[in-house]
Amino acid sequence: MNSATVRSLLVRGMLAGLAAGLLALLVAYLLGEPQVDAAIAFEDAHAHEHEAEVVGRAVQSTAGLATGVLVYGVALGGIAALAYCFALGRVGRFGPRATALLLSGAAFGAVCLVPFLKYPANPPSVGDPGSIGTRTALYFLMIALSVLLAVAAVLLGKRLAPRLGAWYATVAALAAFAAAVALAYAFLPAVNELPADFPALLLWKFRLSALGVQLVLWTAFGLLFGELAERATGVRAGAAPRGADGGAVPSAR
Amino acid sequence: MAHSVAPPATGHAAPAPLPVRTVLPWAVFGGVLMLVLLYFVGAEQGATALLSGTGVHEWVHDGRHLLGFPCH
Repeated sequence: MNSATVRSLLVRGMLAGLAAGLLALLVAYLLGEPQVDAAIAFEDAHAHEHEAEVVGRAVQSTAGLATGVLVYGVALGGIAALAYCFALGRVGRFGPRATALLLSGAAFGAVCLVPFLKYPANPPSVGDPGSIGTRTALYFLMIALSVLLAVAAVLLGKRLAPRLGAWYATVAALAAFAAAVALAYAFLPAVNELPADFPALLLWKFRLSALGVQLVLWTAFGLLFGELAERATGVRAGAAPRGADGGAVPSAR
Repeated sequence: MAHSVAPPATGHAAPAPLPVRTVLPWAVFGGVLMLVLLYFVGAEQGATALLSGTGVHEWVHDGRHLLGFPCH
């Protein structure tokens, strides 16, 4: 029965990730693509040699973009659903929907925002191709570090909660997370490979749209997955009566 | 986070946690599968390459930039 719940949550997480990916794709196409095109125009104006196109721009900006964003949505939706299986009922007195939104917010912070503030998204022509290995390693290291620190902060908060109460335990855990992230920021090397005359406004718009894609993805995922998870866990409760707000009334412990 | 005191009579109780031993096999198998997907979207034919050529890189090029991965 419990294993069936995990499977059903995983499937629902991937579906919610796909749906959230569709919304994020819309943002990426409408807000992001104009900046990518402008950056490629800058690159072409400054390039000494032109590479042969393997995949044309028309395909890259539509089917290619959709593949990337949707697979990303499904994969992170699945991972988030599995994390949700561990979090549900373990991080405070939250129902299925609230837990989903909290987890989604935490994932946005740990997987996207914290790494982004150190190694932000870059448009084409920003970044030296020779350093792609270092930059990729640093970026994934930052994500791994941020996720590990977030998990550690949650465990710390749970340990402190009986002594400090939920509020101060949460504040203390967040403060510890912020301090650890600040240390990581200070010790990890900076990457600054911006071409001298790259338009500042274009860089700002590109990074803002990249952040917008993630914000829409995780907000939509949190809300959609919360609804689906509420139903998945409601099934588990069997003949649990429905509350006035439509939510399942959990049985008393 | 968790209230350390007893819940109010009208409040919803937290749902019962799923046992770790039940979730773990799913988490390991599903997690690895999802990470492989993320690798192909985010890093294949960039810093490292399992497949020769640049087809994968070129196909997900725009997504890679807009999702924040270092592309090239």
